[in-house]
Amino acid sequence: MQETRTISLSVNGEPSTIAVPVRQNLVDFLRDTLGLTGSHVGCEHGVCGACTLEVNGAMVRGCLMLAVQADGAEVITVEGLADSGRGADLRQAFIDRNALQCGFCTPGMLASALEYVERGGSSERSAIREHLSGNYCRCTGYQSVVDAVCDVIDGRAQS
Amino acid sequence: MKAAEFRYERPESLAEALALLEDTDLDATPLAGGQSLVPMMNFRLAMPGMLVDLSELDDLKGISEDGGGVRIGAMTRYVDLAGSDLIARRAPLIAMALPYIAHAAIRNRGTIGGSVALADPAAEMPALLLALDATITVQSSAGSKTHGAADFFLGMYETALEDGELVTAITIPAPAPHRRFAFYELARRHGDYAMAGVAVSATGAVGAGCTDFRVAYFSVADRPVRATAAEAALDGKAPMDGAEAAVAALGEIPFAGDLNAGIATKLHLSGVVLKRALERL
Ligand SMILES: Cc1cc2nc3c(=O)[nH]c(=O)nc-3n(C[C@H](O)[C@H](O)[C@H](O)COP(=O)(O)OP(=O)(O)OC[C@H]3O[C@@H](n4cnc5c(N)ncnc54)[C@H](O)[C@@H]3O)c2cc1C
Ligand code: FES
Ligand code: FES
Repeated sequence: MQETRTISLSVNGEPSTIAVPVRQNLVDFLRDTLGLTGSHVGCEHGVCGACTLEVNGAMVRGCLMLAVQADGAEVITVEGLADSGRGADLRQAFIDRNALQCGFCTPGMLASALEYVERGGSSERSAIREHLSGNYCRCTGYQSVVDAVCDVIDGRAQS
Repeated sequence: MKAAEFRYERPESLAEALALLEDTDLDATPLAGGQSLVPMMNFRLAMPGMLVDLSELDDLKGISEDGGGVRIGAMTRYVDLAGSDLIARRAPLIAMALPYIAHAAIRNRGTIGGSVALADPAAEMPALLLALDATITVQSSAGSKTHGAADFFLGMYETALEDGELVTAITIPAPAPHRRFAFYELARRHGDYAMAGVAVSATGAVGAGCTDFRVAYFSVADRPVRATAAEAALDGKAPMDGAEAAVAALGEIPFAGDLNAGIATKLHLSGVVLKRALERL
């Protein structure tokens, strides 16, 4: 019998108390148990960034955290961002700039980019590239992603 | 892949954690930030029978003054080091290197204690601790011990840590007046493990001769290493005046190749990073 633990957490503002296998990764719990398939799973060892999501206000790898470690935490996924409208300008800029093609990397890319924008990162392209260096994209070549992040930083500075 | 099954414990006191870690039958293994251990478990390179999650141990967290130096609890995350005024003032070398250690999302969870306990030869932190003459405090149910960094890192993923012991703190002594620091690494992609990197510290006014050099390399050998012959070549000189002689003395390092580069390339890159670090000193 695999060991389980009951955890209480809030996911996208909704509280739940639920038993999880202790060996289950947070991103698998969100996808398989809660049906929130917005966070993607690529490499399962922290390298690709597709599973990046927010836990207690910080972006983390959903594949490198156990669900049981999220006991008491506030988790926000790309679905939660869409519902709350947070980062709507970033999502629009991704569309306007063609910063996604297949979209596999996009939820993680948005999470990492949002953290950068929200903590006041500069619109210098090299700084944006450094911050996003932990998120692989196999389609866009990154240029358009950097364009989108630049647009948002400039846009927020003007408003 | 997914991790194999294990028992999970999240003790609320250090004493409780240390008691759990005595269970060698279950291969009780500490879980800190999980940024190295969880990938190893997902790939089943590690299959501990019991995980002892250290996240509730507040005794192991935080950065505090210690004499003129600074004491860093093992469970302090990279992100907290990066945001610390005390680190910026007392251990600027750590502040310089942090942006190069992995990516933001990894730094949001990875801890200094995890990096020290893991002793990856490519990791920055062990070499920084050598350049800073830091000490590492470990504790078991039997009591605590303090190791100098040079006596702690013994080989690839090998340390002086014994079964049942935890790293509890890292202590960095007060820097001498006019102590200066530099850091440089070459990586294929920002945030990746470096192909070669170096941390340098020395005492002296800007533009003047410097003494007491520490030249500590990572990702060139099976452990972090000081290049003592290069340090001797630099002694008493302004950093760039001694650079050529120091580079010529790097042959003493017991280089080891890895997936990125063989020994000849490591030797070459070691010279490149040393010159670039000395320019910044
Ligand atoms: C994509 C990616 C890129 C990375 N790039 C870099 C990089 O460029 N440079 C770099 O240095 N690191 C890098 N890392 C590793 C990262 O820095 C890890 O956080 C760090 O090596 C381990 O810290 P942790 O807190 O996550 O430890 P964990 O993964 O929790 O533990 C690591 C090991 O140490 C043991 N341990 C942990 N804490 C203690 C303790 N207090 N006492 C005794 N044993 C303990 C564990 O049992 C385990 O064996 C990278 C990781 C990823 C996923
Ligand atoms: S799936 Fe988590 S980083 Fe690749
Ligand atoms: S859009 Fe396809 S991986 Fe980034």
